[in-house]
Amino acid sequence: MLELKNVSYEVDTETGTKEILQDINLKIEDGFVAITGPNGGGKSTLAKVIVGIYPVTSGQILFNGEDITHLSVTERAQKGIGYAFQQPVRFKGITVSDLITLAAGRKLSVAEICAYLSEVGLCARDYINREINASLSGGELKRIEIATVLARAVPFSVFDEPEAGIDLWSFNNLISVFEKMHDQYKGSILIISHQERILNIADKIVVIANGKLQKVGTKEEILPDLLCSSGTCKTLLDKITT
Amino acid sequence: MDAIQKRMLEAVADLHEIPQGAYNIRQDGELVGRRSSEHIEIVPKKDKDGIDIYIKAGTKNESMHIPVLLSKSGYTETVYNDFHIGEDCDVLIVAGCGIHNSGEGDSKHDGIHTFYVGKNAKVRYVEKHYGEGDGNGKNLMNPTTIVEIEEGGRMEMETAQIKGVDSTDRKTEARLAKGASLVIREKLMTHGSQYAKTDFVVELNGEDSSANVVSRSVAKDNSKQVFYSHIKGNNRCNGHTECDAIIMDNASVSAIPEITAASVDASLIHEAAIGKIAGEQLIKLMTLGLSEKEAEEQIIQGFLK
Repeated sequence: MLELKNVSYEVDTETGTKEILQDINLKIEDGFVAITGPNGGGKSTLAKVIVGIYPVTSGQILFNGEDITHLSVTERAQKGIGYAFQQPVRFKGITVSDLITLAAGRKLSVAEICAYLSEVGLCARDYINREINASLSGGELKRIEIATVLARAVPFSVFDEPEAGIDLWSFNNLISVFEKMHDQYKGSILIISHQERILNIADKIVVIANGKLQKVGTKEEILPDLLCSSGTCKTLLDKITT
Repeated sequence: MDAIQKRMLEAVADLHEIPQGAYNIRQDGELVGRRSSEHIEIVPKKDKDGIDIYIKAGTKNESMHIPVLLSKSGYTETVYNDFHIGEDCDVLIVAGCGIHNSGEGDSKHDGIHTFYVGKNAKVRYVEKHYGEGDGNGKNLMNPTTIVEIEEGGRMEMETAQIKGVDSTDRKTEARLAKGASLVIREKLMTHGSQYAKTDFVVELNGEDSSANVVSRSVAKDNSKQVFYSHIKGNNRCNGHTECDAIIMDNASVSAIPEITAASVDASLIHEAAIGKIAGEQLIKLMTLGLSEKEAEEQIIQGFLK
């Protein structure tokens, strides 16, 4: 479905160019793929390169066999790539129902909007007419963000750390959202996460560190290595970088 | 009514036909229709152009419409409308001016509206401005609103100017007595080489009076906007003024909020922000499949909603 061929992404810094992504080769077929790895390793950048927010410096991106390397964000979205931001964007005046309707690309009934919001554990009555502004908490925004991607119903969706900012109580709910997606979704999901429970439902796990693809494998192959010690971030980081 | 009149009535007063309740429709200085109701009396002024509107004390849930249309190119007028709103009223007043100018002359409507809001009365006042035309003549509007609110009275004023007015200089003055409150919501969009100036002066004279003046505007192309707002706290009171503007293309926006406290118990706040559309907002909507232009339209539409 999605293929990255020798993808690199560089930025100019004061001291010269810095490679954020180096020669990434990755093939994502149908199913649930999780990307994990230390902070600053290039995971979010990879997501933005796939979605078209960052242009690749070199390499090629294929979507269903078609070269989309030079297509815009809009064109990639129209071809069926969805994206949930790590830090959802706030708007003045645009309501939850406006955004979900824009995401679906057609007029939705209140019942349909309600269904998408229920999926992410929000009661539609409380949220449907709320503006997506600073009055919403970080966790509420994250869930609305996920609902917009559900409403798009596209064959390929990228989620950048959907669990960040969501409280422990809602977390179980969120896991079940992704479990359900895993079972029902026809297409592929690429999810950036540090959460063991999310990694656990992945068909394939990709480890990225220092801008490089370190490992790709099933959870049986990857998880023991990642989790064999206490599982804290530091040990995870040490494991991956040494 | 012809098609142009109907379209302009819809734009400025959300009216499709002759309205219910009291109304006064004016076109090119002539009276098109007038109806007083049981509780709302409309009396033409004798000494100058305009009307006096008397709303009986205790009138509830009634509305009145006073749209003005200009369709003769080059026609200019100054109209004085005085609203006398009795005690304990709860009414909606919809004013608005539409100019259709397809000629060479400049069309101009200067409306001077004075509101006397009685004790514990509630008024919602909606004013919309709209201009159109295919000639070179300009559409000019300079509304002045003077508001006096007596003890416990409340006025909500909503003004909108979204399209087609080449130049506008809006002045609003308000004086509030004890426990009175005023809310002003302004929405403004300018394009082309339009110019819009807004000037609000609110005096909070009575104990526990309050005012909230909020402006949201979008300036496109080469247009210019000036927002001036001054809240004076002369007693124990609450005042808040806010200007939030989106600037695009080669437009310019000045926001000049001013607050003056003449009492230690006055609590006054001003906020002003001008900026372009946030890049991340555009990108979010583009990831939903909208083009950059469509995303921009959605953001502006939401902002001015």
